Amino acid sequence: MISVNNIEVIFGKGTPLQKQALNGVSLTIEQGSFVTVIGSNGAGKSTLLGVLAGDVLPSAGQVTIGKTDVTRKGTAARAGLVARVFQDPLTGSCGALSIEENLALAARRGEARGLASALGPKRREHFRERIGELNLGLENRMGDRMDLLSGGQRQAVSLVMATLAGSEVLLLDEHTAALDPGMAEFVMNLTQKIVSERKLTTMMVTHSMRQALDYGHRTIMLHGGEIVLDVAGDSRKELQVEDLIAMFRRIRGQTLDDDALLIG
Amino acid sequence: MSLIAFWGAVELGLVYAFVAVGVFLAFRVLDFPDLTVDGSFPLGAAVTAVLIIAGVNPWLAACVAMVAGAAAGIVTAMLNVRFKILNLLASILTMIALFSVNLRVMGKPNVALINADTMLSPFYGLGLRDFYVRPLFIGVLVVIAVIVVWRFLESDAGLAMRATGANARMARAQGVDTNRQIYLGMAISNALVAFGGALFAQTNGFADVTSGVGTIVVGLAAVIIGETLLGARGILIALIGCVLGSILYRIAIQLALSTDMLGLQASDLNFVTAALVTFALVLPRLRRGGAA
Repeated sequence: MISVNNIEVIFGKGTPLQKQALNGVSLTIEQGSFVTVIGSNGAGKSTLLGVLAGDVLPSAGQVTIGKTDVTRKGTAARAGLVARVFQDPLTGSCGALSIEENLALAARRGEARGLASALGPKRREHFRERIGELNLGLENRMGDRMDLLSGGQRQAVSLVMATLAGSEVLLLDEHTAALDPGMAEFVMNLTQKIVSERKLTTMMVTHSMRQALDYGHRTIMLHGGEIVLDVAGDSRKELQVEDLIAMFRRIRGQTLDDDALLIG
Repeated sequence: MSLIAFWGAVELGLVYAFVAVGVFLAFRVLDFPDLTVDGSFPLGAAVTAVLIIAGVNPWLAACVAMVAGAAAGIVTAMLNVRFKILNLLASILTMIALFSVNLRVMGKPNVALINADTMLSPFYGLGLRDFYVRPLFIGVLVVIAVIVVWRFLESDAGLAMRATGANARMARAQGVDTNRQIYLGMAISNALVAFGGALFAQTNGFADVTSGVGTIVVGLAAVIIGETLLGARGILIALIGCVLGSILYRIAIQLALSTDMLGLQASDLNFVTAALVTFALVLPRLRRGGAA
């Protein structure tokens, strides 16, 4: 479970460029629930994700993940609770390390790291199996450097990495935005499969309204650092992309000029 | 080049192999351009020399030198991590400060270790000639160091350090405290360099405050020569490359200086070093066809 209570985030406080990125946001995500988050550029989506991941520490409010108050904990300190896939495939994995070394690194997320060999035979076999499930043929390339893989392959491996160690929450930060349509679909299907199989509490930020409505149990729209829409259940099933766009127009009081929102 | 000169070059190459491995850890693993080594190498020599003269066991003296080197590395890491000073500048500050520290440690610019017991003393007079004993003895230590560093870098803890240098954001997301990794890595790196300094003092019979000048260039030269020769094929190969590069560098220098035909003298050493490193850097490009 995730509970966010009255979060305030202000960037550049006291400077002429001061910006209120999140303005008293409160949100509870139940155990096992899959929430999608949309909003235009600068709406606060990434900031909200950053607050949960620990990259951004709020100036006011409280963040609880599971039963732990993580409000003042940095990224590394709360990594045991948070699994994450980044937008940029280059950020989520380590290009200079091999596929299996990346997996070994992720398998001990949030745990103490000792001097035992990172790649014992048992672990190797386990990693091979997990990568084999992707059906990308990567199980025969476990020793290859990560930067030899395509962006889509890296995102797929990142998803496996996110599930090697236990976590309270899975954060997906527009993780298909940098991929071609075919690969984006593959990664989304894989995401769906992993999330439902493992009953992960998930928050997915996306630019695609289609994705936001097609996946998950609940959709949240952010605007100007506030939650302006929060739908789930039957009312969400009836919602169409066109309705969302209309809602966007009303909120912004202007014509929609952000092309990215219309894609797919 | 005489036999003695050749084995002398190998010996010096092996001593500096510790520097090369230390530089590899800082520059390649942590991606931290660290010039502290110019100060931590003579620091290791100074600490060892002073302790041996005071009657301390030479092995213990070398261990203390490593601790001193680690402390120097931690100072640089702290300037960078805690006080946000640019990594290169932080290491230069430590390096400059260490020059004074080294003078304080020794009380004078140069300490001689003539006739003092060293780590090598028990091995002299066992039948092998001295100029074989030294490289053999240091070679064994180098092999041990390479194996230890290799196993460390392929452990869970070592993987965290490599991720810190390669992709710090990802490392943090995996729960790695990247700041702590920088402290740890800089400590290990400079401990290795200081151990090289300790060996230098014990094999050459003196510690000199100026012996650190250019240590970083020699270490980098070894790393780059190794990479040029063996390529990027995993941690163990890279470490072996550091050792090989360090030895070859010394042999190349010895050759250049001892060939009368070239008309070089000892004072040309720095120029020859710069030329060698440049050559090692350009060679991979030439091989790929086209230096442009």
